[in-house]
Amino acid sequence: MTRTNLILLGLVLVLAVMPLLLPVTGELAEPFSGTDGQAQAAISEAHPDYRPWFEPLWEPPSGEIESLLFTLQAALGAGLLGFYLGLRRGQSRPSERVDARSSGARPSRTSADAPD
Amino acid sequence: MHIMEGFLPPLHAAAWTAVSVPFLVIGARRIARISREQPRAKLLLASAGAFAFVLSALKIPSVTGSCSHPTGTGLGAVLFGPSVMAVLGAIVLLFQALLLAHGGLTTLGANIFSMAIVGPWVAYGCFRLARPLGLGVAVFFAAMLGNLATYLVTTGQLALAFPDPVSGFAGALTKFGGIFALTQIPLAVIEGLLTVVVVNLLVQYSRDDLNEVGFDRRSGLGPELGSAGRA
Repeated sequence: MTRTNLILLGLVLVLAVMPLLLPVTGELAEPFSGTDGQAQAAISEAHPDYRPWFEPLWEPPSGEIESLLFTLQAALGAGLLGFYLGLRRGQSRPSERVDARSSGARPSRTSADAPD
Repeated sequence: MHIMEGFLPPLHAAAWTAVSVPFLVIGARRIARISREQPRAKLLLASAGAFAFVLSALKIPSVTGSCSHPTGTGLGAVLFGPSVMAVLGAIVLLFQALLLAHGGLTTLGANIFSMAIVGPWVAYGCFRLARPLGLGVAVFFAAMLGNLATYLVTTGQLALAFPDPVSGFAGALTKFGGIFALTQIPLAVIEGLLTVVVVNLLVQYSRDDLNEVGFDRRSGLGPELGSAGRA
């Protein structure tokens, strides 16, 4: 199971990094811009007379602050998810880890501590 | 898939909000029932929300030379059924609308409809349909197609609000679809893979919680283990 997960995470890494290594941005004025922004630009281009009728109540004053808040969002999510999985892993009884052992994951404490 | 603040005409904004509100009410009642009757599952529910929090914060490059983000709503839909994700997804969208000027309050209803309602329902439907193919496969397709469905809905919402001056609704659909669709495919695959990883970990370490929320029963997980990884 652990090995399967490592393979899956490896695939994720390949998919995420590949675009950076391939020459995919050749003709683009703004490489790797967000699709949300592109959609907004497409609207403004096709409907130059459309004026947004509501402004955000607050905008991050700089790109730095924006990245701070995005990082905070990801960190809060990852932190809680990691806490949960770690908690349940610690609580799971050894008998429930049969699957982990048989697929090459870290062995249980007793066998790990046994002298070689 | 975030439609920016003010970028839907008032009538559209109001209509999408009206469509989303009943789903929010149902989702909130479902969450209240889970916390009352299955208190053990509360932390798992929060974790499903946390997964959506992380994934929707990650802007990932795609082969089109653009960046976009996954939604992370497939996991909770598969674990708890789709209704709870309306609320959890709405929390994510509200955070981004208020603190990041990403999405908006006037477009919140439309964004909730695509990311927190249609995405999870499609994910849940795919999960049920693909379940005979194996747990891992079903989770993968659920999360991947839920992600794509979200962006298809956004495409439709924008095309409805901003039909092309020349080619009309169909032309606008092609135009916005061209922006979102290709970029989104590898990201949808990424979301599918990550969701499978989390479900694998849950099956490994958190069987009691999965039991508690009826995931074992619903997904036919049964007593035999270890099939989840063979995706």
